[in-house]
Formats: sequence, C-alpha cells, structure tokens
Amino acid sequence: MNITLRVWRQKNSDAEGRMVTYKVEDVETDMSFLEMLDVLNEKLTTAGEDPVAFDHDCREGICGACGVVIDGVAHGPETTTTCQLHMRSFKDGDTITVEPWRAKAFPVLKDLVVDRGSFDRIIQAGGYISAPTGTAPDAHANPIPKADADRAFDAATCIGCGACVAACPNASGMLFTAAKVTHLGMLPQGQPERAARVVKMVNQHDEEDFGGCTNIGECAAVCPKGIPLDTISQLNKDLLGALASGNLD
Amino acid sequence: MALKSLMAVTGVILVLFLLAHMYGNLMVFGGQQAFDEYSHHLRELGEPMLPHSGALWIIRVVLLASVLGHAYSAVALWSRAKKARGHRYAVTKSAQGASARYATQTMRWGGVVIVLFVVFHILHLTTNDIAPGGASTSPYERLVNGFQPEFWYVTLFYVLSVLAVGLHLRHGIWSALATLGANKAKRERPLHAASTLIAVVLTVGFLLGPLSVTFGLVE
Repeated sequence: MNITLRVWRQKNSDAEGRMVTYKVEDVETDMSFLEMLDVLNEKLTTAGEDPVAFDHDCREGICGACGVVIDGVAHGPETTTTCQLHMRSFKDGDTITVEPWRAKAFPVLKDLVVDRGSFDRIIQAGGYISAPTGTAPDAHANPIPKADADRAFDAATCIGCGACVAACPNASGMLFTAAKVTHLGMLPQGQPERAARVVKMVNQHDEEDFGGCTNIGECAAVCPKGIPLDTISQLNKDLLGALASGNLD
Repeated sequence: MALKSLMAVTGVILVLFLLAHMYGNLMVFGGQQAFDEYSHHLRELGEPMLPHSGALWIIRVVLLASVLGHAYSAVALWSRAKKARGHRYAVTKSAQGASARYATQTMRWGGVVIVLFVVFHILHLTTNDIAPGGASTSPYERLVNGFQPEFWYVTLFYVLSVLAVGLHLRHGIWSALATLGANKAKRERPLHAASTLIAVVLTVGFLLGPLSVTFGLVE
C-alpha cells in the first residue's frame, strides 16, 4: 500500500516546527506503524536527509517510550501503543497526519520526540514507598483483599507513555498521577505516606503546568493499558481526605 | 484542585436550586391561585424568625456567590487548559466519538449562554422590567403574558437556553460527583445514567410551563 504522511518536523526545542508531507510506498499491511516510519527514515537517510526522530524502545507495547498523535488520536485509531498499531488499520492511499504529544509539560525535543521529564518529577514527588524491601515476603504474610489487589494491579499497569495528557482537551496529567496514587494507595505498603503522597504528587502535577481535569474521559479512551477513569475519582477522594485530615507527613 | 472542588460544590448547590425551581414552576398546572400563593409563600419563608423576604434573600446571596465561584473556577481552569496545551494540534479527533463529546465541548460556551439567559430571565419574570405581553403583579400572569404565541422568539430563546442548561447538567452532574470522589468503576455507568436522568427531568420540567402557555394548555 502507498501512504501519504504529514509529519511534524522540528530541528530542536528552540526551532519553529512545521508539517512536512512525504510519500511512503510499498508499505505492507503487517508492518507496525513504527516500521512504516523506519521505511520512511531509510529512504530519507539514503537521500541524505535528516530522518524523522521518534521515541521507541521495546516495540512490544510495554515500555511506554513510543507515542505520537495519529490523525488527531493519541497512539492512533486502535487502543494500543503506537508500536503495536499495524498498517492494516489504514487503507491504501490514506493521508496520515503524525504529530508529537502537545503539552507545555512535554516540550518537543526534536520532530516527534518530547521530554516527559515532568512525569518523572511527579513520581519523585511521592510515587514511591519507604518500606524496606529486602527479600520477597511470604505470599500469605500480608493478606490483601482480592478486589484491592486487582485494583492496585490495574492501576500499576500504567506505562507512563503520556497518551492521557496528549488526548486530554485540558492537557491534564491526572490519569497518570491517579494511576500511581491508586496503585500505591490500595496496598498496605503504600499506607504510611498515602495522605502526603497524593498532596505532593498533585502539587508537582500542577507545578509542571499540566491542565486541570474536568472528567471528560478522553484519557481513559486512548489509554493503551486501559487505566480506568475511576482512579481519578480515587485520587480526588484521597486528596480531599488528606487535606481535611491535615496529616500530611 | 481547590478550583475543581469549588466548581463541584457550587455546581451541586445550583442543581439543588434548579430542582426546587422546577418544583415551583410546575405549580402553574395547579392554576393561578396555587402558583401565585407558592410565589408569595417563598417571601414568607422563615417568618417570623426572619424578616419578610429574608430567607429568599439569603438564598439569593448563596446562589449569587455560587454562580461567581462557579464562573471564577471555570475561567481559571479554562485559561490553565489553554496554557497547558501550548501548541495546538493540526488534527483533533475524539477517541470517545463526537456524540459523546457534545456535552463536554459545550460546557464553557454553554455556561456563558446560561449566564446571559439568567440575566434576561430575572429581568423578565422576577423584576418584570422586560415584560412582553404586559407587566403584572401576578407571577402567573407574567408567565402567561410572556409566552403567548406572538412572542414566539421569547419562547424560542427559553427553549434553547433550557436545552443548554440540560447539556451543561448532563456532563456537570457527573463531573461534580467524580471530582468529589464518588466514582468507582462499577458506579461509572450508573453515575452517567443518573446525570442524564436529572438533566432530562430538569429540561422537560422547565420546558413544560412555557410551552404549555404557548400552545394554549395554560391560560
């Protein structure tokens, strides 16, 4: 199949970017979206041009490195990561628009690569536990209700790709922050810092210039890991509880 | 976060007011006496503990404060969202589908429309400074005069505004509950359903009065 690509090209974080159109020929339907970009980049490199920069690592849908906005939707038309999106989701002759995540908290470094350091700083603010880990405890030493364990695990599958921010009409990072808060808040090891964690993480989130959540739900609709929207409500509940208790250490 | 809580709490106050307001409006089907007496009783509420119209003024002050708080947090979140996006997308598309986004996309401009409507509505039926069909001391007559078929444009404006309120509530009630921490995975659909139900009940409840006058069911 033959594809027309409109790709955001930007030399570096200070440069003005623009959309550039490329023709990509002989694309196979079994190629992943990133492999299609590889084909384009081989062509560009052979022609002596600068290849399109994009983030990627595992290409198995579990690392969270890749991610671009394809035709206006984060990670494109399937609910998965960009590396797990295949060209069979498109038709021969399609024109596909590819843009980087757009958020002030995710500045563009080059082309489709953005700096997601703001997510790291949210984690540093409180996304951890202080319990000594040591060797793995006996599985039955610390009984946890099945429902809580499941909820924590569902939230823990967040790979921090940033699609939630990219898709949010307010460019809010609340689903990411909420996933971390819910993940640790459901487990006994997360209790000692639970109140302080949610306050610190939300403060950091706001300091990073993410927008505010208005419960629209675009984030959960594009999340490749299916992080449920109710984690945000859990975060709100924990935050209101923490502020009411005043116990923030 | 403080902004969102302010938005949610003031929103809940306004929804409770709307429910009470709709209840009062439906008195119109009890005839002129029932409607006018209800209106009169509102002014006697709390007497003799409170002065005449005292309770009403307390409610009005709370409502005004709620509207101001609601609008303030909306403007603040709006400007934050604009700044947070920075560069706009060349292509935007909803992953939820355009129909799911209709209510959420009209929240901000819809809110502006509702404020303008409320100003008109108070000038029309409360202070009666705008009096299509003639001013009157009877609230019932103001209503009946204002929505006669020849003032179809007044009715049309009311209908559009009430629909705007309905859409606003469709997302607003759900959003307020989620912000206050009420959402759980299992509750998400029921909360959305409840939000839609309250929005529809209020929309229909508010449309019944004016439309009944226009179509001659209430005279």
